[in-house]
Amino acid sequence: MSASRYPWKNTLSQESCCDVVEKLKVKNLNLFYGSKQILHNLNLNINKNCVTGIIGPSGCGKSSFVQCLNRMIELTPSAKVNGDIFLDQQSIFDSRLELIELRKKIGIVFQEPTPLPLSIENNIALPLKEHQFSSIEERVKQSLVDVGLWPEVKDKVKKPAALLSGGQKQRLCLARALALQPEVILMDEPCSNLDPLSTEIIEELILELKSKYTIVIVTHNLAQARRICDHIYAFWNNKQYGYGEILESGSCADIFERPNSDTLADYVGGLRG
Amino acid sequence: MKTKLSSYLAAFFLFLIIYLIFKDILENSFANFSWSFFTESPTHAGRQGGILPILYSTFLILLICLTTVIPLGLGTALYLYYSNSKSTVWLQNSIEILSGVPSIVFGLFGNALFCIYFSLGFSILSGGLTLALMSLPLFVNTVSKGLEATPSNFLKVSQSLGLSKFTTSINVLIPFALPSIVVGIILSVGRSLAETAALIFTSGYVDRMPESLLDSGRALSLHIYDLAMNVPGGNQNAYKSAAVLILLIFSVNALINLILKHWYKSRIPL
Repeated sequence: MSASRYPWKNTLSQESCCDVVEKLKVKNLNLFYGSKQILHNLNLNINKNCVTGIIGPSGCGKSSFVQCLNRMIELTPSAKVNGDIFLDQQSIFDSRLELIELRKKIGIVFQEPTPLPLSIENNIALPLKEHQFSSIEERVKQSLVDVGLWPEVKDKVKKPAALLSGGQKQRLCLARALALQPEVILMDEPCSNLDPLSTEIIEELILELKSKYTIVIVTHNLAQARRICDHIYAFWNNKQYGYGEILESGSCADIFERPNSDTLADYVGGLRG
Repeated sequence: MKTKLSSYLAAFFLFLIIYLIFKDILENSFANFSWSFFTESPTHAGRQGGILPILYSTFLILLICLTTVIPLGLGTALYLYYSNSKSTVWLQNSIEILSGVPSIVFGLFGNALFCIYFSLGFSILSGGLTLALMSLPLFVNTVSKGLEATPSNFLKVSQSLGLSKFTTSINVLIPFALPSIVVGIILSVGRSLAETAALIFTSGYVDRMPESLLDSGRALSLHIYDLAMNVPGGNQNAYKSAAVLILLIFSVNALINLILKHWYKSRIPL
């Protein structure tokens, strides 16, 4: 493992590793499932061309939070959101911004690699056709090349995507999200079902992709967060009310080397969580 | 041990019933059977001659029934799938109630609606549409079960890619739920082919070759009923028609299963 592959060693000492251009701004966000509050009064910024990590113990609302960012949370019938989220100063709840357009701009890769029951090629081509992209064949190839899947699948792009391995499926899902040329990519624990080798490939990809996209990644894996994230928000369950809130935020170095609270220090030190 | 014995007994009695029905029908229909039965029109009120116009009418009625049921049923099932279950309780209840309505009631309703109100008269069209109404609940329920069995992740993923419901339905849900759709079609075909009561008041009794969909036409099951109940000396041909009906239902099921196996397997590995 070369230093360039895992540049956190070089970046940890720096305070900020990316230009501070606000891409997403979350203001007073509260999330409820029925009457149960899941997230409480979140205020945070996500910067452009930056890998923002969301860490924290299970059940503190990390996944629910990223699903708020492209309104996927609305698929959960009991979910109720208040507060606001801005994408480039425009509210994502603005009725002028169509949901389909929003989801094209903010792509998501889920924890479970889920290719649609189509061929490898059509998994990428179908959304492209839906959004009326031109030269679909080249785009399909390019996005497979981008995620490093092309050499492995070039002879079988017409075969069902279900035949791929777990790591390949996840890269296909990433390729599918990238093909739509999103501005932001949300990743909800994308590596938690993958073996270390596939994980390494995905992490390398994330580092390559950040020059072009804004990436938000939820991860349980603290070592992974340390390897790839520029900025980190640590979520924690409120002791009294049980809802998730931001415990601390800061650069990778702040969180891992100079945590403010004992809770976080124990968590990143592997003593809690 | 006891449960094993009782299940063997139950299986034996089921088999016995089927055996007795088949034995009766096949023995009586194979006696002086000739291929002209399929190519001739009935004469002497069906005592003699064949069943060609009846097969043709049956086929047309079935065709109308299926061309109505499949799009309407698919649409309904997809609507139920996409909308949350609370807001569609009324629709689900209506479907449940409809599936319990006796077929004679469907027949009278079809007569009032299609024959009289829409002035279609006693016709193949009225009969086919009535059968469609009758098999709709069965079809919708079967397809709904298939749709519910699709992984919920598919819906999540397709929404996250900004795919419309139409695209998702055509490319993901319908192909995935295809087995249940085919089962729905088989059940509808079976129910329609076997139906008598709903057709008496809608497609009518006329055993001539229909010239259009607005002509009256006699379905096979109705032909059997008529020969057995109303025509003295019609038993011989009633038995033959019953044998044809059974063979028809068997072969439709087998054919659809065959298509399903080949087509479905080549499309989506599970």
